[in-house]
Amino acid sequence: MSDSWSSKLPRYALLGAVALYSIIPVLSMLSAALLPQNVIPTGLNFTLHPQWHNFVDAWSLANMSTLLKSSVLLVVGVVPAALLISTLAAYAIVILRIPLGGIFYAVLVLTLVLPFEIVVIPLYFQDQAMGLLNTRWGLILPLIGLNMPFAVFWMRSYFLNMPAELYEAATVDGGSAWAIFWKVHLPLARPAVASLGLLMFLSTWNQFLLPLVLMANPNNWTLAGALQTFQNKYGTNEVLLNAGAIELMAPTILVYLILQRHFVKAMMQGAVKG
Amino acid sequence: MTATAESTATASPRRRSVVLRRYAGWIFALPALLFYGIFEFRPILSALSYSFYQWDGVAPTKKWVGLANYGAVFTQPQQLASLIHAFVFIFFFTVLPVSFGLVVASIMRTVKPGPYGTVTRTLLFLPQIIPGAAAGVAWNWMYSRDGFVNTVLQWVGLGSLAQPWLGSFSLALPAVGFVGTWLATGLCSVLLMAGVGSIDPGLYEAASLDGAGAWWRFRAVTLPGLRQQIGVCVTITIIAALSSFDVVYLMTQGGPGYTTLVPGVEVYNLAFNENQIGAACALAVVLALIVMLIVVPLQLFFRKGDS
Repeated sequence: MSDSWSSKLPRYALLGAVALYSIIPVLSMLSAALLPQNVIPTGLNFTLHPQWHNFVDAWSLANMSTLLKSSVLLVVGVVPAALLISTLAAYAIVILRIPLGGIFYAVLVLTLVLPFEIVVIPLYFQDQAMGLLNTRWGLILPLIGLNMPFAVFWMRSYFLNMPAELYEAATVDGGSAWAIFWKVHLPLARPAVASLGLLMFLSTWNQFLLPLVLMANPNNWTLAGALQTFQNKYGTNEVLLNAGAIELMAPTILVYLILQRHFVKAMMQGAVKG
Repeated sequence: MTATAESTATASPRRRSVVLRRYAGWIFALPALLFYGIFEFRPILSALSYSFYQWDGVAPTKKWVGLANYGAVFTQPQQLASLIHAFVFIFFFTVLPVSFGLVVASIMRTVKPGPYGTVTRTLLFLPQIIPGAAAGVAWNWMYSRDGFVNTVLQWVGLGSLAQPWLGSFSLALPAVGFVGTWLATGLCSVLLMAGVGSIDPGLYEAASLDGAGAWWRFRAVTLPGLRQQIGVCVTITIIAALSSFDVVYLMTQGGPGYTTLVPGVEVYNLAFNENQIGAACALAVVLALIVMLIVVPLQLFFRKGDS
């Protein structure tokens, strides 16, 4: 490759333009969020007096503390349980070779690509019948179940690459299937479990349709779900709306920037496997 | 193999204990089976069954209507339009992002690893991280009367084109679709970049020696080398296009009129605003079938050749 600036410049400029295009909407929101509240913002604004307290106002208006708590509770309720359950199932299918395990797996994979739209209505009536409608459990339990196809799929492909002798050797040493799982396979699978956990965190945190349908009280929604209420209520105050929306996005963006490398890797593996 | 193991199980106690162990293994898979069975498999069957009834979601009895709800999916203008829009979205969610991704990945190949590439990749990937709902709010603002798009048009002297995009009967659909392009371009670019990185550089040198220009290197080396990654991008983004909900619901709720209505939003409307549970489920089932009918052959096509 030649390194002359004349050949580099157009390529670098194009990449820069693409990167800018990716973040323009966020920048545009930020620029509007920092204006005085009585100003009608335009596309991109530059202010010498950023009004940081807009974020404080939006925080209380959007009931952000409550929403943050709801989102965290949802993630805490869904992710660890779904990780454990799916890892156990993949272990049973691959390592313990349970009878009919292949059929169970085939059914899981068959439903892997189905859109949420097909389950959301029956889930509403099922939650109603079980008395779970409008409760946190009514959202947590279905999300654990809906995570199964991808999670088992993910963990299975990981266990498939583990040598079978590992289990046989541990059995000869007198370990029970349970002990071998905890002492041998789970520790070895830690990286796969961690990536899966990251993906689950993201999809749970960003969940929108399910809370919308299964929870009548917007305070129980995830931050993502609450954006809608916030938009309807404060849509006329563009400054506060943008400040609130940025706060709602901030947690995932922060986690992404910190764990960037892991995120990209996990999402790409997830994509390739899916 | 399995059959032999089981038929001879009674023969030796050791064999029997092995088989017993294998059955006992189900204890590990049982929680997954229960959660999946109750919260995914059963709802799928319920959706199928609801789709043959007329039911308002409240009445104690449902009225059997056979395939009438399915007939409505293809004759009722709003439902049919929502399906057509889902296919239009494939252009915005799949064709554009994969094309952009190919361009970005080809350029990235020639950029030395370093901070510039890393920062570009981080920013490119950002839309993939934020909630679809947040993307909806952000783009509502971009498209609003005083928003970024109109501001830029005025800067470059095209102020006469400035308009409230999402209120336009003809432009709202492409405007919303373009948000899908924005969401998917980063993912496709990063995936394709990884793919380009694993192509043997010798192939490019050989092509150059044969006198291939940039375009021919792209056609003869990059494109075939990326078959699998393109397959992944196409599959993921088509699923996203067909089952879109968050972005449309937040931006337009399907309006103006039903010019931006998509199946996801229409399923929601039918079920929870119009109390037509059967009709909503029929549309959801049709959507699920379309997704399967498109994704399964795609997988077969793109996986063919590698094993």
